[in-house]
Amino acid sequence: MLLSPVPMHIPDGFLSVLVSVVFWALSVVGVGYALKRVNEDLGERQVPIMGVLAAAIFAGQMLNFSVTGGTSGHLLGAALATIVLGPWAAVLVMTSVVGIQAVVFQDGGLLALGANIFNMSIVGVAVSYFTYKSMQRLLQQLVKDQPWSIPVSGFVAGWVSIFIAALACALQLALSGSSPANVAIPAMSGIHALIGIGEGLITAGALAFILAAQRDLLQPAAAPVGSHRAVWVGGLVIAVLLAILSPLASAHPDGLEWVAEQRGFLDLAQEPLYEIIPDYVLPGIGNEALATILAGVIGVGLVLAATLAVAYVRRRVQSVEV
Amino acid sequence: MLHQLDARVKVNLTLSFILATTLTPPGAWPVLTLLAALALAVVILAELRARFVLVRTALALPFALAALPLLFTVAGTPLFELPWGWTASWEGLLRVANIVVKTWLSVLMAFTLTATTPFTAILVALRGWRLPRLLVTIVALTWRYLFVLVEEAQRLMRARAARSGQIVEGRGKSLAWRARVTGGMAGNLLLRGADRAERIYSAMSARGYDGEPRVVAQPPLTAGHRALLALGYLFLALLALTGILFWG
Amino acid sequence: MHHNTIDVEHVSYAYPDGQMALRDVSLHVSSGERVALIGPNGAGKSTLLLHLNGLLKPQAGRVRVCGLDVGDGNLGPVRAAVGLVFQDPNDQLFCPTVFEDVAFGPLYQGLPEADIRTRVAAALEAVGMADFAARASYRLSLGEKKRIALATVLSLRPHILALDEPSAGLDPRARRGLIQLLTTVHPTLLIATHDLELVLDVCDRVVLLDEGRVIVEGCPGDVMCDVALMEVHGLERPHSLTPHAELHHLRCDALAKCVAPGNITNE
Ligand SMILES: Nc1ncnc2c1ncn2[C@@H]1O[C@H](COP(=O)(O)OP(=O)(O)O)[C@@H](O)[C@H]1O
Ligand SMILES: [Mg+2]
Repeated sequence: MLLSPVPMHIPDGFLSVLVSVVFWALSVVGVGYALKRVNEDLGERQVPIMGVLAAAIFAGQMLNFSVTGGTSGHLLGAALATIVLGPWAAVLVMTSVVGIQAVVFQDGGLLALGANIFNMSIVGVAVSYFTYKSMQRLLQQLVKDQPWSIPVSGFVAGWVSIFIAALACALQLALSGSSPANVAIPAMSGIHALIGIGEGLITAGALAFILAAQRDLLQPAAAPVGSHRAVWVGGLVIAVLLAILSPLASAHPDGLEWVAEQRGFLDLAQEPLYEIIPDYVLPGIGNEALATILAGVIGVGLVLAATLAVAYVRRRVQSVEV
Repeated sequence: MLHQLDARVKVNLTLSFILATTLTPPGAWPVLTLLAALALAVVILAELRARFVLVRTALALPFALAALPLLFTVAGTPLFELPWGWTASWEGLLRVANIVVKTWLSVLMAFTLTATTPFTAILVALRGWRLPRLLVTIVALTWRYLFVLVEEAQRLMRARAARSGQIVEGRGKSLAWRARVTGGMAGNLLLRGADRAERIYSAMSARGYDGEPRVVAQPPLTAGHRALLALGYLFLALLALTGILFWG
Repeated sequence: MHHNTIDVEHVSYAYPDGQMALRDVSLHVSSGERVALIGPNGAGKSTLLLHLNGLLKPQAGRVRVCGLDVGDGNLGPVRAAVGLVFQDPNDQLFCPTVFEDVAFGPLYQGLPEADIRTRVAAALEAVGMADFAARASYRLSLGEKKRIALATVLSLRPHILALDEPSAGLDPRARRGLIQLLTTVHPTLLIATHDLELVLDVCDRVVLLDEGRVIVEGCPGDVMCDVALMEVHGLERPHSLTPHAELHHLRCDALAKCVAPGNITNE
């Protein structure tokens, strides 16, 4: 099956409407800006490259290697895409991958897609870029031009990107009140600290392979930091923010719980609506048992109607065929 | 029956259904019952095999583990007790059940959408929303070459299995070696992808591609489809509103 | 524009990695002629075809199609005049559906929508795939893909068709169908192939290319009957050109290989 094995795709039902909408908005802004930059900076030649490499990352997520006792290492690919294509194209590539996973394979929800794109493409790419560039600089200072500096930086970028994206995911769940912060954050970060090792190893292996093949595929990311300073700073801010917020949230789960309870604009909208609809319009519907029975009756009617419709169409098709 | 319906209608109604489900407050079981009945009716209309539907939609449920701790952390009427002072509450159980049911209903509808609609039609629907063309083009290319590259990935894995047959699982070669081989396969996929992209670019240019994504316009929705869409919106909005008003 | 000719004059080309792919190649194809470009793998056939469309630029010499210089100023009309079909249909069919693939060329020619639809229908009709418009490209068989690939350039109404290994990888029936199809298309035809039977059925003239040079050109029968020449350049004389007596021996050899001695009980 094509299901991505990295457990970071939030399904629908877990995020509150407020959290879904906020992260959709953030993702739309992020991806929109990436589209603008790609349109400006990259040539038309890049369009098929982004499309096909997204397919390659998607296919690469199927590769695995056994670690120990039944567990295996997998690839998410945000760091690899960032290093090979540069941050803006990588955001589009990861968005395409995550979007197809949600729409075609139900790997991650549709309403939750905004949050999933935010975690895996925007956070994943920005953090990867920041980490990779910083590691590169550091290694440059320490050991000059060693051939292994690229794979090593790739390993660290892979690990950090997974870890930080998992923190973002856990915080969204906690904010939605569907997983307590003091459990979700340690659990998600613990699991992904391990998964991140697999990610880092595969990323490093892939970079080593590309380097050995002496290919100029690694050009875009080799550009100086100055050209993407905003991404670098963005990655730094996201990483630091999440690294500080998460332990805080997990130490004070009630704080997040409180936020979750303030179900945002819905609560605000509710009060006046109550006043508009007087109690006596729907007498007895407040009685939950009765309402449930009523819903059940209407539901059975609905299902019955659908069954009859299918039977009717089938019979007509058969009589046409005869 | 659902297979012939215009994809734009199906995509919009599926999203509205998921939105309505998400908006339903915890405890609004009558509303969830109605939504479930609606989903069931749609699955029947789609004429899918029940086993197939159950297996595919069950794949999303492991994530429900993330909600399980709520059973113990939500305060309320005690249900049962585990060692180390973990007490499950009735309210917690309801919260977990609420999340699981909502997730399953959403997955059910999303799955029914893809099972009755070719992805190419969904792409057309996305263009109808005026999504940026560049993004839709990238998604279309990803989809088109996904199967080509998955086949290549499978060939690579088969080749690896054929050559490392004598290595006993977990022994023989080191973890670093296994990771490097797998990484090499990923790198290989990327290089092959880049080569293919180069050839595709040639094929596109040969037919006049100038860098600006273009598509043939779609015919507008028929009156019947628009009526169906409006009816669907109305019904779902009513359900969501009922839930919010009486159980919110 | 109305003489649908190809003129390649003293063209040389080396890939960026230094590999010399074409060395002083000259070639003339007259209007309506059907020419085969044969030669072993790596001979430079594909490289030459890419020059016809301006996808590669000659490092020496020049290329003209339909009387137009293939160069920066003329790329639009040149690409509309030359329909180039790549060897791997997975490269040629890059859209999600068959319709979009066939419509791609006309769309970029800026044709109005109604014209695009009629052209797509006509091109699919011409390759016998009229019912396939709504199908997803990735699910087609190789034979179907090859036909659709041809339709993607027929919809451009090209004056010249350049095909790269059109029959490679096809099973005998799909290959027969393709040959039939090629004998019915109208434009000037240049086919790069090692399928010599196809050449005999479809083409009026062959050009033998090896190591980037034109070795010989002439009528298909003459060139391909020269067993020594063909073998030197990694090709074989097609069986349908083998003289009858020899063919009889070949058949007997083949039979002898299939039937193990002792298995024959009665004559
Ligand atoms: N993209 C490329 N980069 C470098 N060398 C190439 C490339 N494509 C082809 N070549 C080389 O150019 C020569 C001619 O190749 P090609 O035109 O593909 O031959 P043919 O189509 O006759 O098999 C070969 O030696 C091949 O290795
Ligand atoms: Mg070739």
